[in-house]
Amino acid sequence: MNDSEWLLIGGMALVTFGIRYPVLALSGRLQLPPRLLQALNYVPPAVLTAIVVPAVLVEAGDLWISWQNPRLIGAIAAIAIGLWRQNLLLTIVVGMAAFLLWQFIV
Amino acid sequence: MAIAPDATGKTSPGQEFWAGARQTIPLIVGAIPFGIIFGTLAQTSGLSFGAAAAMSALVFAGSSQFIALGLLATGSPVGLIVLTTWVVNLRHLLYAVGLVPYLQALAPAWKVALGFWLTDETFMVAIQRYRQPDPSPDKHWFQLGSALAMYGNWQLCTWLGLTLGQAMPNAANWGLDFAMVATFIGMTLPYLKTRPMVATVLVAGITALLARSLPHQLGIMVAAIAGIFTGVLVETTQKPEVPHP
Repeated sequence: MNDSEWLLIGGMALVTFGIRYPVLALSGRLQLPPRLLQALNYVPPAVLTAIVVPAVLVEAGDLWISWQNPRLIGAIAAIAIGLWRQNLLLTIVVGMAAFLLWQFIV
Repeated sequence: MAIAPDATGKTSPGQEFWAGARQTIPLIVGAIPFGIIFGTLAQTSGLSFGAAAAMSALVFAGSSQFIALGLLATGSPVGLIVLTTWVVNLRHLLYAVGLVPYLQALAPAWKVALGFWLTDETFMVAIQRYRQPDPSPDKHWFQLGSALAMYGNWQLCTWLGLTLGQAMPNAANWGLDFAMVATFIGMTLPYLKTRPMVATVLVAGITALLARSLPHQLGIMVAAIAGIFTGVLVETTQKPEVPHP
């Protein structure tokens, strides 16, 4: 590893830990308002959806809503099996299989 | 969730730890291809074997590691990559705030450990455990179990990918990164049981599309906040305001 690699990794590690840790460090003295606690319930689905939707529908900056989009087909398969069977592992495996199959066919 | 209490109705730290690791297994399955691709991509992006392994060990934040590779490949300066990492990982701030009520009484070493090992996956699994009504005082062991399972897997997959990348330089083009998308879909679906949650997901998704041209994936942050705001709004208008005691 050279100097610039150390600098890069040191910097990335520092800023990442600098996001994850300080709130926890101060948490003993924090008193969160009830409205904020209510809002926190919505964090997981909101963040996950904000990551997933563009990852499925955007290709090189443009919307790609078409049956030829293997990510869309994989996502639809994952949603369908997930709603039906409510099993996380099955959702991942079926979504992945549909995606790979479609990518191979189209 | 399958945590078997003993005869006294309590769970031990060990039981919590292993339950956390077990509960994370489906998410690990989703992370495996992701980690392997990171390893295979690293060397084509100009990162040495040691640097890629060190990044997974010390940064431990998948999506920002990928983005760092992409920026490295285009010859971006270190400062810009670090800044982008910060923006991409800002969402962890929301997770940290979400964990405050459950972790505030823990010793500092616990906060360092659980902070360092905080990821999307572990947050999602741990927060479900924390919200269960049983009064177990050891739920943080559950989070630690999940965190270490994710961490161990990520290191292993990075090494595997680095080794594989030397043998099959094309593996990165197979599209296996879709595994993360499928995993995140599977993690979102169980939330869609109430009207405010559905509203949150719809607004977050649409906003993410509209905000996609914002630099450094800031759109994710904007969309998440729009979704959270919507959820609160719908919940508040749905039922009459209950006076706080």
